[in-house]
Amino acid sequence: MDFSLDDDQRMLQDAVLRLVERDYRFEQRRGYASEPEGFSRALWAKAAEIGLLGLAYPEAEGGLGRGAVDVMLVMQALGRAMPLEPFLPTMVLGAVVLRAANPAQQACWVPAIVAGDRVLAWMDAEGPPPGRWSDAACRARRDGDGWVLDGAQPAVLHGDSADALLVTARIEGVAGDAGGLALFYVDARRAGVTRAGWRTHDGRHAADIRLQAVRLGADALIGVAGHAAPLIAAAVHAGIAALAAEAVGAMERALELSVQHLKDRVQFGVPLARQQALQHRAAEMLMALEQSRSMAMYAALMLDEPDAAERAKALSAVKVQVGRAARFVGQQAVQLHGGIGVTEECAVGHVLKRLTLLETEFGCSEHHLAVVARAGGFVPAAVAA
Amino acid sequence: MNFAPDSQAQAFRAEVRNFLRDHLPAGMAARTLRGYHARKDDMVAWTRILHARGWSAPHWPREHGGPGWTPLQRHLFEEECAVAGAPPTCTSAFMLVAPVIYHFGTPEQIKRHLPPILRGETFWGQGFSEPNAGSDLASLKTRAVRGHDSEGDHYIVNGQKTWTTEGHYADWLFCLVRTDGHEAPRRSAPAPEGRADPGSAQQSAAKPQRGISFLLIDARSPGITMRPIVSIDGAHSLNEVFFDDVRVPLDQRVGDEGQGWSCAKFLLDNERAFSAEVPRNKRMLARLKALATRLAPDPTLARRVAEVEAELAALEMLTLRALAEQGSERTTAWPAGSILHVLGSELQQKTGALLVQALAERGVIDYPEAAEPGALPGPAAAPGITADFLYRRAVTIYGGSNEIQRNLIARHWLGA
Repeated sequence: MDFSLDDDQRMLQDAVLRLVERDYRFEQRRGYASEPEGFSRALWAKAAEIGLLGLAYPEAEGGLGRGAVDVMLVMQALGRAMPLEPFLPTMVLGAVVLRAANPAQQACWVPAIVAGDRVLAWMDAEGPPPGRWSDAACRARRDGDGWVLDGAQPAVLHGDSADALLVTARIEGVAGDAGGLALFYVDARRAGVTRAGWRTHDGRHAADIRLQAVRLGADALIGVAGHAAPLIAAAVHAGIAALAAEAVGAMERALELSVQHLKDRVQFGVPLARQQALQHRAAEMLMALEQSRSMAMYAALMLDEPDAAERAKALSAVKVQVGRAARFVGQQAVQLHGGIGVTEECAVGHVLKRLTLLETEFGCSEHHLAVVARAGGFVPAAVAA
Repeated sequence: MNFAPDSQAQAFRAEVRNFLRDHLPAGMAARTLRGYHARKDDMVAWTRILHARGWSAPHWPREHGGPGWTPLQRHLFEEECAVAGAPPTCTSAFMLVAPVIYHFGTPEQIKRHLPPILRGETFWGQGFSEPNAGSDLASLKTRAVRGHDSEGDHYIVNGQKTWTTEGHYADWLFCLVRTDGHEAPRRSAPAPEGRADPGSAQQSAAKPQRGISFLLIDARSPGITMRPIVSIDGAHSLNEVFFDDVRVPLDQRVGDEGQGWSCAKFLLDNERAFSAEVPRNKRMLARLKALATRLAPDPTLARRVAEVEAELAALEMLTLRALAEQGSERTTAWPAGSILHVLGSELQQKTGALLVQALAERGVIDYPEAAEPGALPGPAAAPGITADFLYRRAVTIYGGSNEIQRNLIARHWLGA
């Protein structure tokens, strides 16, 4: 295992950190959030310009063809800004599922995505309970050569601004079956797609999306109909890994803001940093951050694990640890700030919002804890206890 | 950053596993896995078995008899040993005093002390803490005064040491003593946390760290009295040591007179460094899982066990990261030693508590340690569990309590 960054990785990380420091300060973020789509198209174009959007797409289609570790580095750096843009579905999930697309589909879709001209949203109509994508509530039926989709999902992140939806739909079987699923690339402006956009607490947008008899050609199907489960799993795992990295970036911010506040704020004649109760809280937060940083690396490592069950178990453990840490660090960061922490003008509250919402994406910690428990964990039971 | 599988590491792990399968006696492994304090005869026998293979001192440099392993190899070795149930070797000798001797000692001291340690012939005990010098180690009072007689220059040592682990097995003690002829200087509040971080203590003229020397003392010297301290698990592994006009030849001082604190700091850094005890945590978890499956198959406990699994996965990755980042400089950009110590020790306690919970009313018997498992009531798995849980309350206290470690972690960020 090599934990040090090579030159390419360092350059990539520096480029994203520069972008974040120059174009994603707190005041700028506030401006982006008030734009019509809830994010900055200008920032999105800059991200495309430095190659970020194509990070994990194949080089043949204009991407950079980078792997899990590089995605982690980028998401971690971006996480510091609590980005409003649809990086996760467009840059990460799309890159995973479109690997299964045929060359004609790739040639048609990928260059526009990489160029920043096409935003994606992920619609797996999961659950309840959330996190179980195999419960997919969308149905697809064959219609001649093509397909007809029906279904709905509330709160699809970036759903209102998406140009295309990556839709998980069931073509046969019942909720919970791994077989019988298919993935579709659905033009979001197609007849039968209705979207109602809402703001999310962390300043992004999400849409309630309804698909009513949406007719698609055969070329909207990604991969093999009925056998999409491994592909969906791979995307969800990559999504969890990316979220973990993003959470690390956001937790870094939370801790930096808190530490600065503890040093600056004077009460009882001394800086708060001199109070041991607060020092120990900061120590707990730092431990949670370093555990999460390690778990984000573990996630990147396990994304390449060929055994799907092992991979799923590992990514669930990642979500448990990082989700809990995210909640703890976000909440304590506000606590350490005192009253100012619960105001809209203070950055730390925005970090809390991001970390809180992030914990719910792709299934919350409790859901994933149950997955780890059911899967029997990692360490084999002793032969003689 | 590259996490591709490491075939060399896998081959090394297999080599260690095969060695353990062929050379670790089954009875020794069974005793160790029950969780009681290791017996001296097991520790000695195992050290000799390891020495025959050249593996008794995984952490030492090759020139002094170490195998020349990388940090990752040492980690894999310790993990395989723990899971297989290998008893420990003498930690005070191999991990604590030996590095001080080969780092600060004279060629004569190296030649005299390291080979017998390597062969499992000498046991050592630590004489650092005193009744009134725990976390605040620099306030220690045991005194050494110079003397001269027909046999040469020496010190006369008077005072008391405590918490000497396996001191009753020890042939030698290594001690911190005051050689400046003064009481420990009083200092202004807040007190520096000497025990936990000698290096960052106050730089004032009245530094209590000055005037401390590091002595190697023959445990059978006249004037030494060793008394057992029975710990909360009802067992004897700890001792207090009294020094009454004990004569110590001058050539048994390591480093210069009054400079013992540098040795102590070096040693304490070693003690704390990378002490997450992932191997022990794995062993405890493996035991918990076997027990929970058999005795307490309920989903609530299964979730608690899964929490431990996830935390242990994080701890292991954190450890591997620290091992890789420390490289030869023994430093990381984050306070790795303290963080690993806190997380690793608290996880041991959490797992221990779950073991007791899984055992429930079957864990109330205070099993006699010497009894054969078959002769005891209750499940065969029960002996040792509650005793180990009780003893492991100490892991968040020794080596600088977890509260001290949290001070250090906070200082890393806050500089306070």
